[in-house]
Amino acid sequence: MPALPLDEAGKYVAGAYLAFLALLLVYVAIMAAKLQRIDRELRSLAELAEERRGDGDKP
Amino acid sequence: MGDSMTTHTRMTRTRPWTQPSSHWLALRTLSIATFAAIVAAFSLVFFYAPLDADQGFIQKIFYLHVPLGIVALVGFIVAGIHAVRHLRSGDPVHDARSYVSIHISVIFGVAVLVTGSIWARASWGKWWVWDEPTLVSFLIVFLLYATYYPLRYAIEDRDRQARYASVFAIMAGAFVPLNFIAVRLAETLLHPRVFATAEGGMPGSMWLTFLVSLFGIALLWVTLVGFELAAKDASAQLARLRRALQPRPAAGSGRRSSAPATVSAMRKSNARLAGKSRGPRGPE
Repeated sequence: MPALPLDEAGKYVAGAYLAFLALLLVYVAIMAAKLQRIDRELRSLAELAEERRGDGDKP
Repeated sequence: MGDSMTTHTRMTRTRPWTQPSSHWLALRTLSIATFAAIVAAFSLVFFYAPLDADQGFIQKIFYLHVPLGIVALVGFIVAGIHAVRHLRSGDPVHDARSYVSIHISVIFGVAVLVTGSIWARASWGKWWVWDEPTLVSFLIVFLLYATYYPLRYAIEDRDRQARYASVFAIMAGAFVPLNFIAVRLAETLLHPRVFATAEGGMPGSMWLTFLVSLFGIALLWVTLVGFELAAKDASAQLARLRRALQPRPAAGSGRRSSAPATVSAMRKSNARLAGKSRGPRGPE
């Protein structure tokens, strides 16, 4: 098969590289959401631990 | 003033996680190195590597598609090696590494299939060709690893789950090189063989670009594995902390505390315990 002209081939090349970047971006977004959830829960637990410590300090 | 100083000291002492650990610093360095390597690779692809005499500009997909395929397949083998180490030592860290290696390699596998289909459409006029051994064999490997998740999560017992998953990772990991050899031995090949051909293969500039791309993609794989492992570790530490903060059942109550508790449930129980410790409450 003869080589595609640049304007035709450019669309496919851009499509392939953009598909890769989109996949990477989706993965990073999922990871960010996961880390955000962990962070939120960790903060709640830390607050809870501090509340407990405060209650324990009371006579 | 004195009070705020004490609070500040207590906060710094009780919140060591606010300081980035060496693990996270290493991941940050790795991320920067990965970004630099991928930018360098893509720059070489578009501004340095010559156009292919046969395929023209469309051959630029090669610098993304092939490194992704190689790294995904090597990742599956790495997962098998971690699985062997898990079965030998029983250390759950190796099981986690095996799982994460497969996870990232499956994601890379999706990218290989997508970029490969786009290249096939441009070169052969079809999105997929069923009589091409390289494509079909990669799809078989990909689908094999796609079954890893249902297999793993179908087993509830953690130890059994880890052991069965390791056995799967070893068997499938051994299948990867066998599959590669079988495809190389196949006679009818439509898929381009660019590294070693009768005409002499790729020129030096293409080789350099390919190697930098391979390095960048491999670094990306290592970075993503690192982040995934760090997230898994954080989740495990969180579960540990949740268990540690869970209120113990009162002595003689004859009832074990219900696990796993949510933070809000624990907060309620905390308030209840605090109320009890302050003495009997009046009628509501």
